Amino acid sequence: MKLPAFDYACPATLAEALALLASRDDAKALAGGQSLVPMMAFRIASPSLLVDLRRLSDLRKIAIDTSGVRLGAMVRWRDIEDDARLNGAHPLLKAAVSHVAHYQIRNRGTVGGSIAHADPAAEMPGIAVTCDADIAVTGTRGARVICADDFFIAPLMTALAADEIITEIRLPAWPPRRRWGFREFSRRRGDFALAAAAVFFDVDDAGKAYNAHIGAIGVGDRPARLPAAEAEVNGQVVDIAISERAGRAASASVDPQSDIHASGAYRKSLIGTMVERALQSAAGMSAL
Amino acid sequence: MPLSFEVNGKQVTVEVEPRMTLVDCLRHKLRLTGTHVGCEHGVCGACTILLDGEAVRACLILAVQAEGCKIVTIEGLSNDEALTPLQASFRRHHAVQCGFCTPGMITTAHALLSEEPDCDADRVREVLSGNICRCTGYISIVEAVLDARSAYRPPESQP
Ligand SMILES: Cc1cc2nc3c(=O)[nH]c(=O)nc-3n(C[C@H](O)[C@H](O)[C@H](O)COP(=O)(O)OP(=O)(O)OC[C@H]3O[C@@H](n4cnc5c(N)ncnc54)[C@H](O)[C@@H]3O)c2cc1C
Ligand code: FES
Ligand code: FES
Repeated sequence: MKLPAFDYACPATLAEALALLASRDDAKALAGGQSLVPMMAFRIASPSLLVDLRRLSDLRKIAIDTSGVRLGAMVRWRDIEDDARLNGAHPLLKAAVSHVAHYQIRNRGTVGGSIAHADPAAEMPGIAVTCDADIAVTGTRGARVICADDFFIAPLMTALAADEIITEIRLPAWPPRRRWGFREFSRRRGDFALAAAAVFFDVDDAGKAYNAHIGAIGVGDRPARLPAAEAEVNGQVVDIAISERAGRAASASVDPQSDIHASGAYRKSLIGTMVERALQSAAGMSAL
Repeated sequence: MPLSFEVNGKQVTVEVEPRMTLVDCLRHKLRLTGTHVGCEHGVCGACTILLDGEAVRACLILAVQAEGCKIVTIEGLSNDEALTPLQASFRRHHAVQCGFCTPGMITTAHALLSEEPDCDADRVREVLSGNICRCTGYISIVEAVLDARSAYRPPESQP
């Protein structure tokens, strides 16, 4: 359908953008438009003012230093794919982003838009939660930092206030020897996940895993870590048996809804398989 | 709102409402009807154009967002004299049936081959995964794109 009518502004500074957003109750930021424009075409959203963030070039930077990786909100999927530094600085992010949407959408869609949109089946919110990322936001009342776990509330619902803009996603530093894996199942590459698992752990001198982080995408109201599955991994040498136990714990921890794409029971089973395979890949056991 | 951008090498200025998508602006205001509209919500790829050299979906971009940009549509990827190597390859491989998806396929393939003239079949399939074709079954399209690769390589690297 054609879009509902709205006003449009394209401010040159963050301060102007914030003032515009605060000027109306139903104003909305516009980043890549790859979620917002379809929502408007379906009349799920009909903001009266769109504030285009495209001229805010400060939000397009990818910064990497000893504190970790900082992604400006307007960094596109394409920019992450093209940045070779991230192969070492955050291989899990890179792997997850390779599953996001299709070629043309990756040239437009941004990390900030994905975080703000908060689709429970989207990869970036899942990576933010799994990796204990911080989301930096700013509004006319000042700036604040929200940890990813507190940020996501429900499908398309977050802790972001209507007059706030996400400026940066901060991923903690990635030690060089960390083990990681990402597995996603979707009907077609680039489609939203029916279920996906993002995992990492560190390994001590005895080869035992510690600091396990296992995140589930697409099987709940919001992405979430699965402490029961993590408990199966911590203190263990990760092998086939451990990965299977963690997979069963993962399935037992979730209660996904059925929708036209897959039944809840199928998704529940699938997340177990994804966690199992992601752990095996992290432990260097499978090419799958 | 007044809006200026470059389309297929020509500078244009048009008057649009903010709600007008770029694809409607191209088709209805500029009569460039080679770009097709299938779904109007980003899932079919028929509306793919090149914006500053990158393949994008023109149904998910507001015309006003293209202010100052360089746009190339399917009309800009052809000429009156002869088929381009990519078009000729689509014909050779019978990669066109009804033709509805073809503008999106050609613009997407052009963007891919311009950047990655050595891409393999998996990469072509991955990139075209966002373009729906209801006729061909895709195999002929993938073959046509692979066969056109040589035309995008610098002359010295050609056998
Ligand atoms: C066919 C199709 C398939 C897709 N598949 C996937 C997929 O597999 N995985 C996936 O993760 N995504 C997928 N997407 C969505 C895509 O990744 C979007 O680009 C992304 O979710 C939103 O980013 P955007 O920059 O386009 O945001 P927009 O659409 O511009 O905005 C989305 C929302 O975020 C708000 N917003 C944007 N930027 C900010 C900011 N800096 N601060 C505050 N609020 C902001 C907007 O107001 C709006 O509410 C798909 C999209 C399509 C059309
Ligand atoms: S019309 Fe734009 S993707 Fe279908
Ligand atoms: S040729 Fe008919 S849709 Fe592709």
